[in-house]
Amino acid sequence: MRRARAPLQPSRLPPNVGLGFKPEHFAAIAAEPQPLGFFEVHAENYMGAGGVPHAQLARLREHYALSIHGVGLSIGSLEPLDRNHLARLKRLCDRYNPESVSEHLAWSSHGGAFYNDLLPLPYTDETLAAVISHVDEAQTALGRRILLENPATYVRFEESAIPETEFLAEAARASGCGLLLDVNNVFVCARNHAYDALAYLADFPIDEISEIHLAGHFETFEADGSPLLIDAHGCVVSGAVLDLYAGVIARAGPLPTLIEWDNNVPDWRTMRAQAAIVQERLDHATGGGAKSAA
Amino acid sequence: MTPHVFQNHWQSHWQNHWAQALLDPAGAPPPGVARQAGTAPDRRFAVYRNNVMVSLTGALAARFPAVKRIVGDEFFDSAARAFASKNPPRSPLMMTYGEEFPDFIARLDAASAVPYLADVARLEAARTRAYHADDAAPLTAADLAGVSQETLFDLRFVLHPSLELVASRFPVVTIWAMNAGDLELAEITDWSGETALIVRPALDVEVRRPPPGAAAFLASLAAGDRLGDAAAAALAQSADFDLAVNLAALFSGGLAIDAAAAKDDPQ
Repeated sequence: MRRARAPLQPSRLPPNVGLGFKPEHFAAIAAEPQPLGFFEVHAENYMGAGGVPHAQLARLREHYALSIHGVGLSIGSLEPLDRNHLARLKRLCDRYNPESVSEHLAWSSHGGAFYNDLLPLPYTDETLAAVISHVDEAQTALGRRILLENPATYVRFEESAIPETEFLAEAARASGCGLLLDVNNVFVCARNHAYDALAYLADFPIDEISEIHLAGHFETFEADGSPLLIDAHGCVVSGAVLDLYAGVIARAGPLPTLIEWDNNVPDWRTMRAQAAIVQERLDHATGGGAKSAA
Repeated sequence: MTPHVFQNHWQSHWQNHWAQALLDPAGAPPPGVARQAGTAPDRRFAVYRNNVMVSLTGALAARFPAVKRIVGDEFFDSAARAFASKNPPRSPLMMTYGEEFPDFIARLDAASAVPYLADVARLEAARTRAYHADDAAPLTAADLAGVSQETLFDLRFVLHPSLELVASRFPVVTIWAMNAGDLELAEITDWSGETALIVRPALDVEVRRPPPGAAAFLASLAAGDRLGDAAAAALAQSADFDLAVNLAALFSGGLAIDAAAAKDDPQ
């Protein structure tokens, strides 16, 4: 049974292409208006007290819509949420009033240690109850609807009993959260776990999607020569992922779409060129109706 | 629904197995990882183990670049792995990771040939803290314009929240600067100890090398001593300490953010 409470602030990014903000691009970004829908930052990088990170984010915030993307709340853990960390996230949201706040279907902390990686969980009734409880707690603390992102995974668990799409749909239904569909993660998982990405996307609760992530991956190999894809965020988005993306947009309509490029970060021109390619796919798939925010 | 209901059997749980296996490079993958035709669970789990270790050692390399330059990539990576496997972060704020790394280096037998290494690490750790420290507008001389000479000596200064001093029996600032690209690498002839002053009055982190009297003066002010007592401490350290010059430097260097006349000492 849901508790009565104040309505949660929804996610409301513009349905255009955004980029992950990297400090090395700050001067280039500040030099002229950028034709982007929004910028996204990792929450934890802005949880210090002051200095350059906040000076830059405050400037950025004046001109662009903002998505705060957490990588450290450990929503998929069986342990209770870190209340101190949730309080830090709330302070950050109160300070910058972002258009959207998102986190991952993953865990990163256990027994007091933080592993700085998005680790997988089995999909069971027990983990589902934990995820719903954690999302509910986070949303109540923040006063916002948060978005939960599907993970890139390299293993599956024997005890998993619920398909990932069903797990996410039920988490969204029971907690009231939205979903962040990472199309690259779908592609990586489908290849790594030998299933059909289109079938996964057909099962994905499309009405709950409030943001899309795209990123580059790289291919390595198993001992027997079969491919293993790594979600590395270190290169351009692959053509196969862009095709899947176009299919999602054609069904769902225009959605805020972030390109993540966190490693081997290129110069700003390359980032802009990548954003233009994706914006073109977005416009084309939705009949050219969406306009870039200036 | 309260979170604690999930904890009752966590010690035998998948998450506990994973947590143990992630930091153990030689161990088996955790139980419960599904087998899949054509794949090896070891290799799949190793992606996570590798992600964790690379991200932690990468964070240390980013925070301690001069230490890395002094000892070389291979030595640094080995020390960082040894540290990370025993000292994973205790917080999701990676900007705070590696606070204990300087002490770890100080205890490292393999680093005994470079006895100044731990102090260089302390300097670099302080630079990151200063980078993220709270913003505060520096005090100016004009702020103290109306203060009489007697009251002046009773003032206690609040130093900038980013300010730290790293005292070393080695020329730590010179060694750091040479390995941070701020000074050309050269043979060091004067091995007198140096104190590093790390401060970020605006946005740029500065590393300065105050002479011994000035370092003692700042250390005394930082401890909350009155200006008169800080000047005495500085003079005891260095007979040529010049209070007027150092008071001016306190303002021009953006080192203090507030001052208040001390009430009677509580003692």
